[in-house]
Amino acid sequence: MRVIVDLEKCCGAGQCVLLAPKVFDQRDDGIVILLDEHPPEALHKAVREAACVCPGAAIKLEEQA
Amino acid sequence: MSIESSEQVLDYPLRAPTALEPPEEWAKLRQGCPVAHVRLPSGDSAVLLTRYSDVRQVLADPRFTRQLGKDGAAKLSEEGGSVFETEEAASLTEGHERWRRLLHKSFTAKRVQAMQPRIEAMADQLIDDMVRQGPPADLVAGLAFPLPVWVICELLGIPDIDRDKLAFWSNAMLNMSQYTRQEMEQAQVEFAQYMTAHIAAKRAAPGEDLLSELVAAVDDGHPLTERELMMIGQGILVAGHETTSNTIAKMMAMLLSERSRWEQLLADPSLVRTAVEEVLRFDANAGFGLPRFITEEIEVSGQKLAGGTTVICNMAAANRDEQAYERADTMDLTRSPNPHLTFGVGPHSCVGQALARTELQTTLNVLLRRLPTLELAIPSEQLARREGLLIGGLERVPVRW
Repeated sequence: MRVIVDLEKCCGAGQCVLLAPKVFDQRDDGIVILLDEHPPEALHKAVREAACVCPGAAIKLEEQA
Repeated sequence: MSIESSEQVLDYPLRAPTALEPPEEWAKLRQGCPVAHVRLPSGDSAVLLTRYSDVRQVLADPRFTRQLGKDGAAKLSEEGGSVFETEEAASLTEGHERWRRLLHKSFTAKRVQAMQPRIEAMADQLIDDMVRQGPPADLVAGLAFPLPVWVICELLGIPDIDRDKLAFWSNAMLNMSQYTRQEMEQAQVEFAQYMTAHIAAKRAAPGEDLLSELVAAVDDGHPLTERELMMIGQGILVAGHETTSNTIAKMMAMLLSERSRWEQLLADPSLVRTAVEEVLRFDANAGFGLPRFITEEIEVSGQKLAGGTTVICNMAAANRDEQAYERADTMDLTRSPNPHLTFGVGPHSCVGQALARTELQTTLNVLLRRLPTLELAIPSEQLARREGLLIGGLERVPVRW
């Protein structure tokens, strides 16, 4: 899995950090920081949930990558 | 009105049969009339959106503006003066990027998580008082109403002895039915005076709180003005108090109205996170929705909306859209993922949502731990709605344990 974040779309809700803190963090101003572009399989479920519930639709996943 | 139609015009807000049930019209509108014509309390016309995909599209599209003060935009109520229509709302939109950026510093997931032990201690303290007085109790007065004010006071560095004052002003500034226009304005004046003095005190002697940080903050080379600091304080109170209070009350009513829900959580408290998201999705009494105003023609659900149209996005109706959710009309405490629209979407989605989630999760965890035998003291059909135009709530949630 490859994780792609769109800083322009990110609205800083922090849902991704709460769901997958090993993959996502936030800058001071709330904007997402991608910690792990290729997260291990154990985290895939949480990352998928983060992408699904992101209010800015700022997280894209390439499942085959 | 900008749209030609011979169909029936509904009075908005729609009425629901009981405080916990959705209006009957929602399902019909989603199915057959996704762009519905409604008459607002002011008598002005608007269109109502109830489908998940439409509400999501509109809230994320900046052409649907928040400028409800513009000529041609529908007034929501007869009196006007709602939080959507004020001068502040307009200037907040202009300076939105800047103040949102600044606010975010305090509302990042990690900072909110760091506040969690304090929030838990506050919930425990309020429940201590309820337990001392013994059952029956009102969960609104005892817990749901004060807790979010205490949290906001903590954020703003306001001393504990002033919590009650803040709670009163907040209630009066937002609750248009319970207070007169004059009382509302009086509350605004008193709150402004208090905040002016408080900001000055924080300038002189900064603390560890958000306000002290904002006083010291420099954004793009400019410190925040007195007026901006005041608006941030008021914004946090207006946006963070009644909404969270009402949601705590409705959460408990929803979870206790069917015993199996409460028992499911007692058996497995790890469900608290998904349960809170489902509460947010399932809340049928969420209030007015979000109004938007367009100045150019835009298509929604295959219908052209003319420039000059006011659009009401009903997130609660959209959250029950069968096209977006399986068994949308069933409350499922394990539902995941749950991309509900309750906090809005896009650049204007709720900046305090991580804090709101933490308050809801913490309250629920503490109640499960402290009062496992908690139950409603009246039948749920008798729960009385809290009247107010913008945010749906409950007057009281009588409980015993």
